[in-house]
Amino acid sequence: MSALFLTQTAAQTAAQAADTVSTGEAIAFWILGPLALAGALGMLFARNAVHSALWLALTMLNLGVIYMVQQAPFLGFVQIIVYTGAIMMLFLFVLMLVGRDSSDSVVEVLRGQRLAAIVFGVGFAGLVVSAVARALTNVTSVGLAKQNTVNGGNVANIGTSLFTDFLFPFELTSALLITAAIGAMVLGFSDRNAKGVKKTQRELVEERFQGNRPSPLPGPGVFATANSVATPALLPDGSIAPESLSELIESTAKESLADDLAEVSGTADGPDAHALSGTKEDLA
Amino acid sequence: MTPSYYLLLSAVLFSLGAVGVLVRRNAVVVFMCVELMLNAVNLSLVTFARINGSLDGQVMAFFVMVVAAAEVVVGLAIIMSIFRTRRSASVDDSNLLKY
Repeated sequence: MSALFLTQTAAQTAAQAADTVSTGEAIAFWILGPLALAGALGMLFARNAVHSALWLALTMLNLGVIYMVQQAPFLGFVQIIVYTGAIMMLFLFVLMLVGRDSSDSVVEVLRGQRLAAIVFGVGFAGLVVSAVARALTNVTSVGLAKQNTVNGGNVANIGTSLFTDFLFPFELTSALLITAAIGAMVLGFSDRNAKGVKKTQRELVEERFQGNRPSPLPGPGVFATANSVATPALLPDGSIAPESLSELIESTAKESLADDLAEVSGTADGPDAHALSGTKEDLA
Repeated sequence: MTPSYYLLLSAVLFSLGAVGVLVRRNAVVVFMCVELMLNAVNLSLVTFARINGSLDGQVMAFFVMVVAAAEVVVGLAIIMSIFRTRRSASVDDSNLLKY
């Protein structure tokens, strides 16, 4: 047993020598890491939701490249294809449908929540960062050089692991995915032609005959002196049909309708037959 | 430089996502912040896989991606149906279950 342990540790120390962070990887990290951070900060501070989505796409792209640098080429490509390609585009689609112009309200529903959240975030980050930094001071990385070369490499080994050790969780994800697909269809479905949403012609006819008015509303009256929509239709006894008046007129200021009113009631000046000769005053 | 720098980056990204969930009011943006947190955890899983010399961490990250995809689909469908009935995508307006 102890001999086995000793050989294991010997193998581990041999592997440890193999996995050091090369200069190239360090350069890649110091380029990609700040870019990913910038994307996260941009997403946090962008007022426009579409800008937030694009900043997040930058972060995910950088994370994908970081995975590839970190000896996980399969996950790197899946990250770029699934996250940046599919999920972020789904986000953009929903943003275009839902909340493109609904920028965040600046009203705080819970007073002091923003400040508390920022304090919490800084505290949490400090706690986790210091804990991780202290916990990993003497830990040397083993590296995946062996797993990524023997037995067909990274992808083949992940596949073997999925279909042997993780077979049951893998089957569970199929149930999860089909549930998610059905759930999205149920939640996103809206039947515009369902019964009761849009009235059929028959329903409209029945409604009209059973209601209190079998005919359409009277149109506005048209007289020789006025064809404005403000002109009311006249009933056979000469009185004004109130239904012929547009609702627009009720909501319009009375002063702006004074001319039309005068015209209908006959108190306005008629057309001046002597306007050009200027002899009206003489006749009067 | 050691691989633990990746874990520090992951912790900072996770905290930024958590602050975003607490601060932002647009439901879609809140959802994006949740995605950022999931991505940060994925980064730490990939780094742990490398430090331990085992592919199990990468398989875990793969499962996290699958669950995140399912979650995004259902969550966005819920946001859509809420928007259809209430004409708002703000998390402050969805208060029917409050009392």
